[in-house]
Amino acid sequence: MKRELITRRAAVLGTMSAGGLILAGCDKLGQNQTFAKVLEGSEKLNLTGQRLVLSSSAPLAREYSTSDISRVFKANGTIRPDGDEYRNLALTQFANWRLKIDGLVMKPVSFSLEELKAMPSRTQITRHDCVEGWSAIGQWTGVQLSYLLNQAQLKPNAKYLVFRCADDLLMSQDGSGLYYESIDMVDAFHPQTIMAYAMNGQTLPIEHGAPLRLRVERQLGYKMAKYVMQIQAVDDFSKIGLGKGGFWEDRGYEWYAGI
Amino acid sequence: MAVDTADQKVAPAGARVRRTRTGKELIYRHSLLVRLTHWLNVLFILVLLMSGLQIFNAHAMLHWGIKGDEADPAILSIYAEDQVEGPPIGWLQIGSAKFNTTGWLGVFRDRDGFLSGRAFPWWVTLPSYQSLAEGRRWHFFFAWLFALNGLAYLVYGFAARHFQRDLAPTGVDWRGIGRSIVDHLKFKHPRGDEAKRYNVLQKLTYIAVVFILLPLMILTGISMSPGIDSMATWLPDLFGGRQSARTIHFIAASLIVLFVIVHVLEVLLAGVFNEMRSMITGWFAVKPEKGTKP
Repeated sequence: MKRELITRRAAVLGTMSAGGLILAGCDKLGQNQTFAKVLEGSEKLNLTGQRLVLSSSAPLAREYSTSDISRVFKANGTIRPDGDEYRNLALTQFANWRLKIDGLVMKPVSFSLEELKAMPSRTQITRHDCVEGWSAIGQWTGVQLSYLLNQAQLKPNAKYLVFRCADDLLMSQDGSGLYYESIDMVDAFHPQTIMAYAMNGQTLPIEHGAPLRLRVERQLGYKMAKYVMQIQAVDDFSKIGLGKGGFWEDRGYEWYAGI
Repeated sequence: MAVDTADQKVAPAGARVRRTRTGKELIYRHSLLVRLTHWLNVLFILVLLMSGLQIFNAHAMLHWGIKGDEADPAILSIYAEDQVEGPPIGWLQIGSAKFNTTGWLGVFRDRDGFLSGRAFPWWVTLPSYQSLAEGRRWHFFFAWLFALNGLAYLVYGFAARHFQRDLAPTGVDWRGIGRSIVDHLKFKHPRGDEAKRYNVLQKLTYIAVVFILLPLMILTGISMSPGIDSMATWLPDLFGGRQSARTIHFIAASLIVLFVIVHVLEVLLAGVFNEMRSMITGWFAVKPEKGTKP
């Protein structure tokens, strides 16, 4: 008979505590700045890889039929922005709201909701994929962002568009929790990238971002800023917010959300 | 190296054979590349599994079809149910069957002893605390490593004829499948010449894992990418839609866990020292036929 050097109990306990130690080590490793940078490397790979195929003109995200539309489309994030400014705008059905487009543009412009609705529109039924894992299908109507950008005329050094929103997810007093997002020109000039004012044939509801939300159909839901007040053309977003290009990006999510 | 020429006739074609000082027959079973990619895969799949469960926790439901959120029917869901009195109950629901999984799934004590209402508990997720953002970073980085490692293995497997020689079942294998099933059920492990090759069930299992399960993980995984879906709309369609792809991703991952359990069990039963040595150094000691002296 072989003498048991390690009892089963000791082996199980040993494995469990070793596992716990490894897990704690992984937690630490994940929070380590250098290692986090290494992990973030895959984002560049995903962006570069996908952009070999994804251009500003093609391909289009799949468009679905009206029978595919979700009966209940989950409203995520803010569902009603706080603050008197937004409340007053909503009270008058956004009659006094204007979308500002400024920054690195030749001609800073602003449009009322009525003016946007009078412009050529695009309607698309697309799948909205949330970073959490769920998908919902909805119909969106709005103005192509490229149309608006052609009015404002981007300067050659404009690399990104920053969308400034009315909702403060952290309910901060100083505005540090205000939602914002950014996209580059490849997505900005894509035909399905629209500023939507209608959903499923109705005026865009407040929980889905009234009066105007961004649709970037080849990326995840958090890129599609709701309650957009201003579009700013910039050459760099490292000085905005915490410098990562968006509210969720500042909290660890990828800037490129094509995956 | 002492090479016994007589043994080479029975060993698989091209196999290297040697004897230990005690006269035990050793064959060179696993090439360096197979060993290397195997152990890297152990690490990569573990990280992918645990970070995958972290990602799952952000929406602890599985749906079928192109769409699905909280308002839609779920094939599987894990959730916490608050009670008027007392602690919440953790439920695992599969179809219409509900299982109380308090302590394991849905509701569990986190590392500090506090009750937590997440789906998979802290000790199987990466990171151990709730962070979808960090889970995604781990997952996507290791997904690239996993894919590159798998590609190296596949190229090698075909080029070095490892698949054709060691994994493809022969006519004899197919005819012996009934006996192999009986052997497995009796936990009987082959000896002598038969121990020098994979048995037929082993071959079929490896083929299923290497050519079906692992590629399925990658394909269903990238089917969830809105960017990739726009360039290949047929890809999620292949699985019945993005949410079906997500469900299949989860099922295939579960099958990999099942495979690993059986695989490790077989290693323990077949002789953990010898099996580990062969996967680390390449050299595998062949147990002599019953009744013959080594």
